[in-house]
Amino acid sequence: MYQSPIRKPLIEGKKTYRDISDQILAPMINRPKKSWYLGILISGSAMIFGLAMMAWTVWQGIGTWGENRTVGWAFEITTFVWWIGIGHAGTFISAILLLFRQRWRNSINRSAEAMTIFAVICAALFPFIHLGRPLLTFFIFPYPTTRGIWVNFNSPLVWDVFAISTYFTISLIFWYVGLMPDIATLRDKLSRGFKKTVYNFLSFSWKGSARDWHRHEVTSIMLAAIATPLVLSVHSIVSTDFADSILPGWHSTIFPPYFVAGAIFSGFAMVLTLLIIARKTMGLEDFITVEHIESMNKILIATGSIVALAYIAETFMSFYSGVEYEHANLMNRMTGPYRWAYWIMIGCNVVSAQLLWIKKLRTNLMFTFFLSIVINIGMWFERFVIIVVTLHRDFLTSSWTMYKPTIVEYGLIIGTLGIFFTAFLLFIRTFPVISIFEVKSILKVETAAQSNKNIRHE
Amino acid sequence: MSNHDYIVVYFDDEVPMKQALVRLTEKKERIIDVRTPFPVHGVDRILGMKKTRIPIGGFILGLLGAVLIFVFMSWCFVVSYPLIIGGKPYFAAPSFIPNTFEITVLFAGVSMAFAFLIRSKLKPDIRFRPLDEKITDNMFVILVDVNGGNTTAEKIREILSDIKPVEIRESEVKNNG
Repeated sequence: MYQSPIRKPLIEGKKTYRDISDQILAPMINRPKKSWYLGILISGSAMIFGLAMMAWTVWQGIGTWGENRTVGWAFEITTFVWWIGIGHAGTFISAILLLFRQRWRNSINRSAEAMTIFAVICAALFPFIHLGRPLLTFFIFPYPTTRGIWVNFNSPLVWDVFAISTYFTISLIFWYVGLMPDIATLRDKLSRGFKKTVYNFLSFSWKGSARDWHRHEVTSIMLAAIATPLVLSVHSIVSTDFADSILPGWHSTIFPPYFVAGAIFSGFAMVLTLLIIARKTMGLEDFITVEHIESMNKILIATGSIVALAYIAETFMSFYSGVEYEHANLMNRMTGPYRWAYWIMIGCNVVSAQLLWIKKLRTNLMFTFFLSIVINIGMWFERFVIIVVTLHRDFLTSSWTMYKPTIVEYGLIIGTLGIFFTAFLLFIRTFPVISIFEVKSILKVETAAQSNKNIRHE
Repeated sequence: MSNHDYIVVYFDDEVPMKQALVRLTEKKERIIDVRTPFPVHGVDRILGMKKTRIPIGGFILGLLGAVLIFVFMSWCFVVSYPLIIGGKPYFAAPSFIPNTFEITVLFAGVSMAFAFLIRSKLKPDIRFRPLDEKITDNMFVILVDVNGGNTTAEKIREILSDIKPVEIRESEVKNNG
């Protein structure tokens, strides 16, 4: 097989197959560190605060939010789109990078997929509370009603329901199919006890037979093949929530690719945030190497540049099209009362991502960690700019207004962050955070790469 | 008839395991199964396994999903409750495409996953006991049929004398693993 001489090994240290299982499974078998309890305490409290705010919203109604007649969509849909975007990296890593046979995905796909699932759960909470009367959520599904009417299949909001529920189901299946052999490894490492019984149940009596592996591989590849257009479709459909309306600033054909690139951009940033913490606190430096971080940073450059190009294209078109509304909308974004939001967006997404061209910075973990958070803030502001800043200047001057979020709305953001991190912290304690069997399958190639490196250095 | 049903040959690496597999198939020994901690490529070819038909099943079910949802949406909007929405025709085919796509993927994905579980007989079972707990860790195992008592552990040891398996033992079919 051809081996690139430039690539550094993706698994460091001389390892046997047993070392891999033992090191990755250690956090599931040993007692957690103090920092883990501290983390769960913080994220758990954030979660409880958020749940209380959600309960208050449902109890009291969406009058508790800061939306008004002009700005009818604000924090909640911003955060919804933000979470859906974050949920894109997982399936991108597991599906698209699997099809491209990128070996470096093998150490990071599991945690990225888990992150996807938790992010989609956080996102799906928003339409639920958005409805004002969550008990009537089933109205969005096409079922035979006494009124004889159906949901509007022409509406992007209904497409959203289809897209997100499909995306969630497929991501969950993909994640679990990959997890089964690793749960079996964990099952076999544990001695008798309740834990073993639970993992035995969850492992679906996996026995590692060659026939099962063959079907497992084919199923994974096929799921990747269908999940690839699915990833691209989900955020395209989310973008049509906006692009299909006739508002200046929203009504634009650039939206689907622009949203997809933005989604992968923010998703990778979130994966980086989580992985840099996980590798440090769980001692996974040998599996998640600087090489992995650098590869992800390169994807950040690519997607960040697409996002930057989209901003430029939007700006250009608002002048070039000669549509006064578009022009006014752009000028309002840049110089209006919410100009700080626009410039935060530009600063975080365009300027900071371009710093990654410098190799010193993209191999620096502290910088990457800091940057990943900056990018996620920037991507949140991107949606805020698109939604609130477009809406607050209505066609009628008399309707112009400002939007002030309430404590309940801040609570919803903090709460979903709490749910997300609580779920992730529980996940890293209960399931292998790195795909054991996939890392084992590349061990030979990577060990060879390591000895090649040694030869070259001698 | 001996009191065991198959012979288990252990390896700690996939390369000698594959060599042994080739040797055993040349000697016309019946291989019941090969168990490995990760997918070892080439084993399927040595064993002469047929390629799985899961993708075909997924394709058919995906197609079925596509037809079902498209016909369903058309029926809803043309026959059941025709409504003019945004001046579009009742049969607004282009706007049915996104949902058709999503349901296609949903049907194909779910059906392939279930086909995989059913074909490999994978189901949650707390009574399950693996053949050996090291298989999911670092052991590569070949199960050879005793062939009515003609094949013994001694014979296998002789055949594989230069490949040096870690262990060869006789085993009964007493566990479902």
